[in-house]
Amino acid sequence: MQEANDILLTMKGLHIEGRTDEEWLEIVKGVDLELRKGEVLGLIGESGAGKSTIGLAAMGFARDGCRISGGEITFDGINMRTASEAKKRGLRGRRIAYVAQSAAASFNPAHKLIDQYSEGPVKHGVMSRDEAESDATDLYRRMQLPDPDSIGFRYPHQVSGGQLQRAMTAMAMACRPDLIIFDEPTTALDVTTQIEVLAAIRDIVEQFDTAALYITHDLAVVAQMADRIKVLLKGEEVEESDTRSMLASPTQDYTKSLWAVRTHARPEQPPVIEGKPVLSIRNVTAGYGAVDVLKDVSFDIHPRRTVAVVGESGSGKSTTARVITGLLPPRRGEVLFNGEALPPDFRRRTRDQLRQAQMIYQMADTALNPKLKIRELVGRPAQMYLGLRGKALEERIRELLSLIEMEPGDYIDRLPSELSGGQKQRIGIARALAAEPQFIICDEVTSALDQLVAEGILKLLDRLQGEFDLAYMFITHDLATVKAIADEVVVMKDGVVVEKGPKSEMFQPPHDPYTELLLSSVPEMDPDWLTGLLKARATATDG
Amino acid sequence: MGLFTGLFWLAVAIILGLAAGWIFRVAVVAASPRPIARELRTAPLTASFGMLVILIYIVVAVFAPLVAPFPETEVVGTEYQPWDDVHVLGTDNLGRDMLSRLIYAARNTVGIAFITTALAFILGVMTGLLAASVGGWVDQVLSRAVDVLMAIPALIFALLLLTIVGTSIVNMILVIALIDSTRVFRLARAVAMNIVVMDYVEAARLRGEGLLRLNIREILPNAMAPLVAEFGLRFCFVFLMISALSFLGLGIQPPTADWGSMVKDNATLISFGDITPLLPAGAIALLTVCVNFVVDWQLHRASGLKE
Repeated sequence: MQEANDILLTMKGLHIEGRTDEEWLEIVKGVDLELRKGEVLGLIGESGAGKSTIGLAAMGFARDGCRISGGEITFDGINMRTASEAKKRGLRGRRIAYVAQSAAASFNPAHKLIDQYSEGPVKHGVMSRDEAESDATDLYRRMQLPDPDSIGFRYPHQVSGGQLQRAMTAMAMACRPDLIIFDEPTTALDVTTQIEVLAAIRDIVEQFDTAALYITHDLAVVAQMADRIKVLLKGEEVEESDTRSMLASPTQDYTKSLWAVRTHARPEQPPVIEGKPVLSIRNVTAGYGAVDVLKDVSFDIHPRRTVAVVGESGSGKSTTARVITGLLPPRRGEVLFNGEALPPDFRRRTRDQLRQAQMIYQMADTALNPKLKIRELVGRPAQMYLGLRGKALEERIRELLSLIEMEPGDYIDRLPSELSGGQKQRIGIARALAAEPQFIICDEVTSALDQLVAEGILKLLDRLQGEFDLAYMFITHDLATVKAIADEVVVMKDGVVVEKGPKSEMFQPPHDPYTELLLSSVPEMDPDWLTGLLKARATATDG
Repeated sequence: MGLFTGLFWLAVAIILGLAAGWIFRVAVVAASPRPIARELRTAPLTASFGMLVILIYIVVAVFAPLVAPFPETEVVGTEYQPWDDVHVLGTDNLGRDMLSRLIYAARNTVGIAFITTALAFILGVMTGLLAASVGGWVDQVLSRAVDVLMAIPALIFALLLLTIVGTSIVNMILVIALIDSTRVFRLARAVAMNIVVMDYVEAARLRGEGLLRLNIREILPNAMAPLVAEFGLRFCFVFLMISALSFLGLGIQPPTADWGSMVKDNATLISFGDITPLLPAGAIALLTVCVNFVVDWQLHRASGLKE
């Protein structure tokens, strides 16, 4: 039955179009792809590169408002473009499975995990319900989920994000498919959780010799997972080769630029020994309800310095920002600004105190009022705090737009919806600058952006700091960003400051055990990194 | 056979209506400046027809004395005269010209309904946004007060209040506006609740914006789409409520013409197979449908929904 060739999936000259308003726009412009049995192919590219669209096309599926307009898709000899809906439905879940980016959003919150696990195999007639249940337990064990015998009987909200992602991978494995499509399965996870999920996925894919399309924007992750890598840009292939040679010697400029991002770092400024800090947080304890989210947190931020606050979700980073801005008055402790205590509640702060500390948000989409034009978004703080009116205000807005490298004439009358993600974030920066503050809180400002765009934002922030003597508090979970921009680092875990100090000290041993775990969990470009790390950790626990 | 001809005329009416809508759209697009023309071109035929009819109602209402062949309240013939060349739609129970009263009633009924709805919205949206943006006890007090008002059936409550304060047009407007504002409050509060948690509202608060500006510049523009849709619907309900109250004799007082009481006054004609009393009811129905055509179109545009 099996021919000499062991090609599982081929795509030839694939074209996919999406509908916007009145016309069809090409999203994927003639991509060729070949996947052998048991092979893992990494698809990488920025948002809008067409990665996920190609992944879905492998199942013969196009999202609403999209259509496959040209090319061939052949899965194990079956033409997926002409196959009937019934035939494709028979393949999906059974021979081709899909793991989505956000497991939390993809599981049905009203059913237990094991019910959702069993649905596929039972419906496809592969197993009976009882077999499916015992099989689930087995796979949960192999995915190294805690308590594999009973975890299936929980509801999705009773399980953590990383565990849910693994449960979803187990579910995709249920019918032992030939091909699994992983669509950014670890993007929403913390670095330490990401490792566990990556290890589990790689393990199980190897055990069952499953082929996989691994879609991600993170090069270091794909380096661990894939045998071959295909780089995509705006719906077209840039280059493809096996992982090692791709990492060692990318041939195309675009690929090289992706690699280069990781190596950017600015020189650390010498630590401040004397002088008054702009902002100091003194023994702050704060929380919601009966729970203390922050416990006795203290650190200083000096003028013209960037302090990165690092930690996983739930570590209290953002709560610290809320205490500083006055949204959450602390239970104990205080926040000093230039040596003076700030009133704990922002409503009691003077206009000048509010002006001095500005904030840039993670999601520029929700941080800019969609119904206001750039003119008002950027102009309002200048009008309010500095009393600029008419011509002076107009000039100031134009000056601010030039500062963030956006042509004032083109953008001043646009709405946020007419900007790209990176441009929106720039407007967020301009709005903060308009108040002429001394101190800016940057809350995960780059985490929703593509690497190259994020790089531009970091450089901009860096330049503005020099020009306007700004102090930054940079909240992030991404240690690469820390390396790129920080002078000092504060590591937080469960609401406690675990370690703080200059960046150079942070990235050199000895570390606090938690910092060590965090640092070692950041994926590196070396394809052997994950294997090496897991081995090292295993021996450490054995010994 | 009767059903068949009925359907035939219905189809003809729909086709004529859409054709009128199309001609109207072409004419308006040609006549308006470019940015407005571009928006209007996207209007579906139903919405164009709706706009045309609303426009006609407005013109008729504004120029009623010029359009109407007879005065509003004068007795110009005998009772219940049939349709003829002088009295195109016949006369009513007192011998007043039916067509003239229909035209004047557009002025009274539509004008009063519009003022009432606008008042209900001003009151409901203001309190709703206030409750959502301030929260705490302000929200509690307002919401519970509204709960109490809403617990009493609207029509009975309106009758009760009108009996207490006495029947006059001003009182009726205020009473209906008050009752309707409770529904608007619920909607405005619910919509605003989703908006006040957005980062841009937080940013505005941290900037030190006052409550008024926070509501008017940050929250209200983002709540407009559902509120506009609700306005269209509420307008129709108010309309029906005024007509209902007039029918019961507590609304617009005679001899002022209004569609609701015109149905009541001439209702006996129906027993003789004369459709004249249904004309005012038809006028109400047509306006209701047309307002909703336009509102639907606006809602689709504002919410970014595509068909």
